[in-house]
Amino acid sequence: MKPLFIVGASATLLACWSAQAQKSAADGIAEYRKMLEDGNPADLFEAKGEALWKQKRGPKNASLEQCDLGKGAGVVKGAFVELPRYFSDTQKVQDLESRLVTCMESLQGLSGAEIAKTPFGRGEQNNVTALATYVAAASRGLRFNLPQGHAEERRIYEIGKRVFFFRGGPYDFSCASCHGEDGKRIRLQDLPNLTKNPGDGVGFAAWPAYRVSNGQMWSMQLRLNDCYRQQRFPYPGFGSEATIAVSVFMGVNAKGAESIAPAIKR
Amino acid sequence: MADPMRIRAQAAGDKTVVRVLMSHEMETGQRKDSAGKTIAAWFIQEVSATHNGKPVLGAQWGPSVSKNPFLQFTIKGAKAGDKVAVSWTDNRGDKRTDETTVT
Repeated sequence: MKPLFIVGASATLLACWSAQAQKSAADGIAEYRKMLEDGNPADLFEAKGEALWKQKRGPKNASLEQCDLGKGAGVVKGAFVELPRYFSDTQKVQDLESRLVTCMESLQGLSGAEIAKTPFGRGEQNNVTALATYVAAASRGLRFNLPQGHAEERRIYEIGKRVFFFRGGPYDFSCASCHGEDGKRIRLQDLPNLTKNPGDGVGFAAWPAYRVSNGQMWSMQLRLNDCYRQQRFPYPGFGSEATIAVSVFMGVNAKGAESIAPAIKR
Repeated sequence: MADPMRIRAQAAGDKTVVRVLMSHEMETGQRKDSAGKTIAAWFIQEVSATHNGKPVLGAQWGPSVSKNPFLQFTIKGAKAGDKVAVSWTDNRGDKRTDETTVT
């Protein structure tokens, strides 16, 4: 009699447990992220970035309020969703962070080379991340619309496509190994297909973002740096042409996607 | 003075929801750095909130509260235009007070 009773009880328990497991892992993660949205620490970085934008700094004791992010000197709103783009003063296609460093150099007299050599999370790199968070936040809700009118912008897009599909490193990975098809995931992390528009607030449209797991604010440059680390490639240089090219590739593919930056990640 | 807090206070009828995002490293004192040295404990110990100067919340925190703490609470009887102030003190004696107006 007793053994029968125990079997009955555990069968009921199993039934309850599997009913609860009907909610998929993706749903659970989405719920967790919704709960985190309120009080996103990215707001703190946005506030810091705004203060840095307006603060007179550097040997030239100037603010960044005259910085041209592609829509005219001092225009912040809408700039993020049109980057990377070609700039005639530097004659290069630049992404948000390299353009911020250009302005920090030309307007404030800080050393761009020094900033590029500084590791993420230290010194001026923290300021660049905060500034990038501020600029991205000003375009929250806007849709990506990277320009491809200039020949150089189109050339960099093609380079970006090649970089995206280039296999190398000790595991022969490319960006496409993880992000080249629909429906892929690593453990419980869904991977967006970045060869096309992956949807609103996904992929290129979700960075800069605050990562709860390590309490760090990550810009797109850091996100790409870490992608290369995960593939066991050598680290790309900060603001290098490869990272800008891959950003152009992703950004143009994401045309029309809504930006939710600065977002929050696990 | 430490980095500013972001405080939002929204009134809905008799209840006002206050949301505070504090900027603080909140080190537990258990972590070790890459050289193997223990990173010293550094966390918010006391939190208090006032509504038009009157205390409405007091909290004692420990190392279990995570980095950049988010605090949400509800106060009764506040209306738009009232002042809500939040203060914290950490184990190093650092303090921070920020204020907002109820919307």
